Amino acid sequence: MTVQRSDPEGGDGRPPARVQTRVAAAGDGGAAPAAVSLRGVVKRFGDFTAVDGLDLDVPSGVCLGLLGPNGAGKSTTMKLLTAQAVPTEGTIHVLGFPVPRESKRARAAMGVVPQQDNLDEELTARENLEVFAHLYRVPRGKRRQAVDDALALAHLTERQLTKVDDLSGGMRRRLLIARGLVHRPALVLLDEPTVGLDPQVRAELWGLIDGLRAAGTTVLMSTHYIEEAERLADECALMSHGRVIARGTPASLVAEHAGELVVEHYGPPERLSDVERLARGAGLPTRRTGPSVSVLRAETIPPSLDEALGPDGVRRASSLEDVFVVLTGERVE
Amino acid sequence: MTAQAERAARAPRLRRFEMAPIKGVWRHELALYKRYWKSQSFASIVEPTFFLLAFGYGFGSMVAAIGDYRYLDFVATGVVGTAALFTSIFPGMFNSYIRRVFQHTYSGMLAAPVDVHELVTAEALWIAAKSAVYSCSPLVVALCFGLDPSFGMLLVPVVAFFTALGFGLFGMWTSAVVPSINSFDYVITGVVTPLFLIAGTFFPIGTLPGWVGFAAHLNPLYHCVELVRHAVFGLRPPADLGHLGALVLFAALMWIIAVRGMRRRLID
Ligand SMILES: Nc1ncnc2c1ncn2[C@@H]1O[C@H](COP(=O)(O)OP(=O)(O)O)[C@@H](O)[C@H]1O
Ligand SMILES: [Mg+2]
Repeated sequence: MTVQRSDPEGGDGRPPARVQTRVAAAGDGGAAPAAVSLRGVVKRFGDFTAVDGLDLDVPSGVCLGLLGPNGAGKSTTMKLLTAQAVPTEGTIHVLGFPVPRESKRARAAMGVVPQQDNLDEELTARENLEVFAHLYRVPRGKRRQAVDDALALAHLTERQLTKVDDLSGGMRRRLLIARGLVHRPALVLLDEPTVGLDPQVRAELWGLIDGLRAAGTTVLMSTHYIEEAERLADECALMSHGRVIARGTPASLVAEHAGELVVEHYGPPERLSDVERLARGAGLPTRRTGPSVSVLRAETIPPSLDEALGPDGVRRASSLEDVFVVLTGERVE
Repeated sequence: MTAQAERAARAPRLRRFEMAPIKGVWRHELALYKRYWKSQSFASIVEPTFFLLAFGYGFGSMVAAIGDYRYLDFVATGVVGTAALFTSIFPGMFNSYIRRVFQHTYSGMLAAPVDVHELVTAEALWIAAKSAVYSCSPLVVALCFGLDPSFGMLLVPVVAFFTALGFGLFGMWTSAVVPSINSFDYVITGVVTPLFLIAGTFFPIGTLPGWVGFAAHLNPLYHCVELVRHAVFGLRPPADLGHLGALVLFAALMWIIAVRGMRRRLID
């Protein structure tokens, strides 16, 4: 699947600028201009601080996963980027434009897929896209094609005349994503793109998002599904209580914070407490997961401890989820 | 310069008010209207016709004339005003509330390059345009019942447009301040009904006790009804400029508070 982006400088034979910056960003990090940049951003709702001193850069051409549990401040961050929320403190730039001051120009060049489905149920799939082709200023002569392309991208060409009300949950999500792409934006914000969908539909959407990424579109995707971040994101920023607490590629985050291996021990509560005590005594992080205790950095377990812990442990590779728990004590799915 | 900075520098500087978002909002309205025009038109045309026939013939049998007007003609021009009121204030209240709170249509649009003032303006203009057309239906009915045609009647849609613009925006403002959709009951009973009754629609305001008569002058619908009567039966330039000014002022004030109210609700 290919997705072309709106590219005012396109058509002159040069390779698209963002493909180059994507390589640069992957190479040395930091050299590429950031498509999104937040500095010291605070957002309070009354006494409650939803975003608490957030610093975040999304380099051009990168798919960044913003991973955090419910309430971490992911959607609030997305709203700050579209100026649907105004920061209490800090500065925000989107595609080089200061936000909220020049947010309209930024919004013209980015696509937004909200967490909450806000398609018009009374209109057809096609009509929903047509409205947004207008709002996104797709020129009159290109509108029909843009809508056709978006429908094809969402695999909804056959259902274009169906009212949104009569589409399945997965189709609606695909349409919602296509709506944010109808003007071929350089930057796409995806807020929990697969939340509440069954695994099969989720996998289908991952294909769609992966296509975007492959085409070099900058993507900022929030999610509370570890697997989604691991699958799709070039880099992840772990978010908790309104801040980014760690940032890196999924592999480097795991290596840095959780080591290579995890051993899970199952048993009655006393047994689990024993395992915890022994592992912590040896300086190894542990986490409880329902009926088991996981010992992280298991590759560093000395033989004496290995013996004390007993042979019943189940070994597995460390995951981003382990990183999250180690860093925050919170769980994400 | 980086590619992004170049692109940023070349991106057109968007003006504060643009046609693109307004047309986009209208495209949305048009798509909905294509689906619902029959029921909307039925209600908007038949209801004032009922008023006209009920009052025109009901009261008309007891009251032959009011001042220089045949009672049926007096009521026909008054009902133009009530049509302008009802076909604007209710969509302003209910559609805006439903789209903002239940359907989240507006937050979807605001993620695109559309600002709150453009959204409010586009919705209000759409409401006013539709209302301007529907408000003429009582006149058409009255023409069938012997009202003499006049060139001034061509001004009636213009009067209805400005009236509906103000009331549509007033409805949008209330949609932004009510705590729940049920609170509209207070607005309907406490505001819409008195507006509708003391505007010289079915009886002249001169018959009302002094202070109510004075209050009627603050009612935009009164200025609408006066203008419509004068447009149909003969303009009275200085007074009519005052009436038109009142309608425009009302619309302007309502625009300011509607934009403010909606912004407070839509931007955190
Ligand atoms: N408009 C608002 N008013 C008050 N609190 C809010 C508002 N929006 C979000 N919050 C609070 O901010 C916190 C972060 O919310 P959100 O950004 O939606 O988190 P996430 O998307 O990561 O689940 C939550 O505790 C939420 O209740
Ligand atoms: Mg969220």
